[in-house]
Amino acid sequence: MPNAPPIRVLVAKPGLDGHDRGAKVVARALRDAGMEVIYTGIRQTPEMIAEAALQEDVQVIGLSILSGAHLELFPRVVQALKDRGIGPDQVLLFAGGIIPDEDIPALKQLGFREVFRPGASTQDIIDYVRRWAAGRAPAAAAEGGAASGP
Amino acid sequence: MTAAPPPAAQGDAGNLVRRLLAGERRALARVITLVEDADPIGREALALLYPHTGRAHLIGVTGGSGAGKSTLTSALTKELRRRGRTVGIVAVDPSSPFSRGALLGDRIRMQELSRDPEVFVRSMATRGELGGLAPMTAEAAAVLDAAGKDAVIIETVGAGQDEVEVAAAADTTIVVLTPGAGDDVQAMKAGIMEVADVLVVNKADLPGADALLAQLQAMTAIASRGRLETPIVSTVATKGAGVDELADAVEAHRQKLASSGDLDRLRLDRARRQLLALARHELLERVLRASERDGRLEELVRAVARRELDPASAARRLIEAAEA
Repeated sequence: MPNAPPIRVLVAKPGLDGHDRGAKVVARALRDAGMEVIYTGIRQTPEMIAEAALQEDVQVIGLSILSGAHLELFPRVVQALKDRGIGPDQVLLFAGGIIPDEDIPALKQLGFREVFRPGASTQDIIDYVRRWAAGRAPAAAAEGGAASGP
Repeated sequence: MTAAPPPAAQGDAGNLVRRLLAGERRALARVITLVEDADPIGREALALLYPHTGRAHLIGVTGGSGAGKSTLTSALTKELRRRGRTVGIVAVDPSSPFSRGALLGDRIRMQELSRDPEVFVRSMATRGELGGLAPMTAEAAAVLDAAGKDAVIIETVGAGQDEVEVAAAADTTIVVLTPGAGDDVQAMKAGIMEVADVLVVNKADLPGADALLAQLQAMTAIASRGRLETPIVSTVATKGAGVDELADAVEAHRQKLASSGDLDRLRLDRARRQLLALARHELLERVLRASERDGRLEELVRAVARRELDPASAARRLIEAAEA
């Protein structure tokens, strides 16, 4: 088929809180927008998330967190990704959940390009992911895991 | 006509294949993506990898929705790892026919496996394919085979009665049944039963398991006149019960295939099917490309809808036009 391949997205929930309604709503919305969403379930360690991202070769990783442990867990996810050769410049990393204003600069610094908080619509997230994927489509196929970008 | 890949792409494929064969998992993941997306680099990589395939034991796992395929796949994988085998898994879930999107959730039941670097799990969406697999499932399994996995497990979508494509892709097909999912006639009329090399009664701790087991035993005795009876294994996948017997049955089947010469026959059959399926796909692509150029497809579609032309004649004209 001449259609472009679907965008592959990993939606994951690091840490110990078991409330995954938000993550499921986002996963479902991205699916209904035509993306292939790998949902790994709750209580994921940073290593499990990074391993799933590697094996599934996703272009986009969305992390959902409600427990307040994001400054603890997100850097470990980013590190586990880097350990596997996946730099924050090679994937779209975004976060969702209960994250206070003052923590957002630190997350952006880590490589999270966007933080969606309660009140963000699923359409905002869909549009954001699509815009990002459209902007880098030509480079994606040949990249093959080599370090790229600035 | 497929355009020859540009030299740069061949270089990319060669580089990816080298890294894959050296054990780099990122390259393995990327090759599967390129193969799945029918990218020319993926096609090139597959051609380069083909001589490295044919070693892995390809195991299909199929059965109805909620039968416990993912949990059983996870449990079987752990047992095979305990026996020293490395394992690749291709887990297929359905794409939405409306949005073309998919929610791939098989990893939820396979969480423990992601700590083991000798296990590689890949989720695939059906992308419009019927029959229980995705268009490139067999090819993805071949890539895992080339990467050196001793066993590659292909888990189908929740299959009903005739989603039997997995039997063509696998050496050993496991059909998973559960108590309370219909009477024995349901089981008997289902093509899915005929492709079973190993039958599993999962959730064997539920009421009705003994009755199902008895029905299956009676059925396989009727069905397998002369041949060896299909082994039936009872499992409780969530607790790991019966999984060692399942692994025994699966490995015994493979040995039987190899010693009887059936494995060679199976592989000839598979090669023939693959070749014909790809040829069919390529021919259709050519016809569609040709008809896009001159708008003939739309013309014929309208003629069929207006009852001026019957569909079979229209199809012949479409093909003749592409060949001209």
